[in-house]
Amino acid sequence: MTNWTPEQPIISIHNVRKSFGVVEVLKGVSMDIMKGEVICIIGPSGSGKSTLIRCINALNDIQGGSITVEGQEVHDDDLDRLELRKKVGMVFQQYNLFPHKSALENVMMAPIKVLNEDRAEVETRARALLKKVRLEGKEDNYPGELSGGQQQRVAIARSLAMRPDVMLFDEVTAALDPETVKEVLVTIKDLAAEGMTCILVTHEMGFAREVADHIYFTDKGVIVEHGSPSEFFDHASDPRTQEFLSQIL
Amino acid sequence: MTGFEAFFLQLAEDFPRWNFIWLYDEKQAGRVLSGLWMTIKLSLACVILSLIIGIIGSWLQGARNRFLRATVQGYIQFFRNTPPLVQLLFFYFALGQFTPVVTGPDGWTEVPIISNAGWAIISLSFFAGAFNVEIFRAGIEAVPHSTREAAEALGMSRTQTYTNVVFPLALRVSIPALNNNLVNLVKTTTQAFAIAVPELLYESVSIWNDFPSAQNPTMLLLFVVYIALVGVLVFGMNSWERNMRIPGYGQ
Repeated sequence: MTNWTPEQPIISIHNVRKSFGVVEVLKGVSMDIMKGEVICIIGPSGSGKSTLIRCINALNDIQGGSITVEGQEVHDDDLDRLELRKKVGMVFQQYNLFPHKSALENVMMAPIKVLNEDRAEVETRARALLKKVRLEGKEDNYPGELSGGQQQRVAIARSLAMRPDVMLFDEVTAALDPETVKEVLVTIKDLAAEGMTCILVTHEMGFAREVADHIYFTDKGVIVEHGSPSEFFDHASDPRTQEFLSQIL
Repeated sequence: MTGFEAFFLQLAEDFPRWNFIWLYDEKQAGRVLSGLWMTIKLSLACVILSLIIGIIGSWLQGARNRFLRATVQGYIQFFRNTPPLVQLLFFYFALGQFTPVVTGPDGWTEVPIISNAGWAIISLSFFAGAFNVEIFRAGIEAVPHSTREAAEALGMSRTQTYTNVVFPLALRVSIPALNNNLVNLVKTTTQAFAIAVPELLYESVSIWNDFPSAQNPTMLLLFVVYIALVGVLVFGMNSWERNMRIPGYGQ
């Protein structure tokens, strides 16, 4: 067991390097995230944002540095992946729901199969979660019958059903229609308000400014600048950040 | 004798090439029925076994162990690229020599533990199974990697992801191709004729060897019966496909 206590960073990323073949996409990235914090990672495409959060739950491996989640080193050959994934939930850009299962079954599957929890109890929890993401009445619909925004909220509920300590959001609104983006962002905002530790890769600058405790700006595999939303958006010091912000704001 | 039987007896006398002997001769009717029953048993056994082989084979193709993957690949290449009739003869005559024998029901003759029908089932199942592995593999490859990743991110093991997510989706993609292969399999059971398995073709040929006047009607019977058998299979597969349809998916 690790000696992690809640006063220490829940996630600690230190000098992480990651390459795909000869292309190095993360060139020594470090950040500490405290429990209950909401972190937004922004930056141009290909700057390594998604790769970084995929490394946090071991969907990608790393070539150097370390990532710890609640004191447990993620990139350790003896890693108990199940333990890690119970702690870290992830929501993807393309929702990735199980198309052959109804919304309710999507949410129920992992707690029943992975945690071996009682079916009736899981169902009660799943219904409550679907209600929480404002999908009451859609329990029996299949993903193909739901809009993108609704599917993404099912995906969030599915992740929450595993009772994670940290939620990773990988450009979760990037594939959505502008009018459905808001319903997903509201759901994430509720989660953040409840004290869930959230790490978001996002292009929604207004949202990042509103909900984030801390913003990291990455470019070409390094963290160029980071700070509180007001510091970052109003007083960016690095020319690359300024250029990026001038293009999108 | 009923009026029905009398009619066909008369027909055979009036038209000597149209002797529907199995419609009025109880013994020949028995041969047709026992042949049909054997064909149904062969088909059912081969369909079920070949599906099991397909499922296990496609699962092993994704194994981490290189030796396992190579074995499956070798199996597919061998059974897909050689004629099924040659495989059948090889199993029966070559491998059949090495199987142990047991004392038969009469207490003194020695019979091999695998009968000719047994060899037909084994050989045809492996033949159709090789195609089923490829069919399931194509279905598995059609499941997006991101869907698998989502299951993985929820803490599912490789086996849990396969049984709960990948296979149910792959199966739906595979049904049309599977349908084709199983239709072929049912028709290929006639090759068991070559090792004297008393299935429908074998019994039919026996009947027209004994009664050449029954050749035309018996050939007609063969076509009708196989069309009916395949029809039942296709009907079953199509209903299955409809039942497996996911609302709002792939339409």
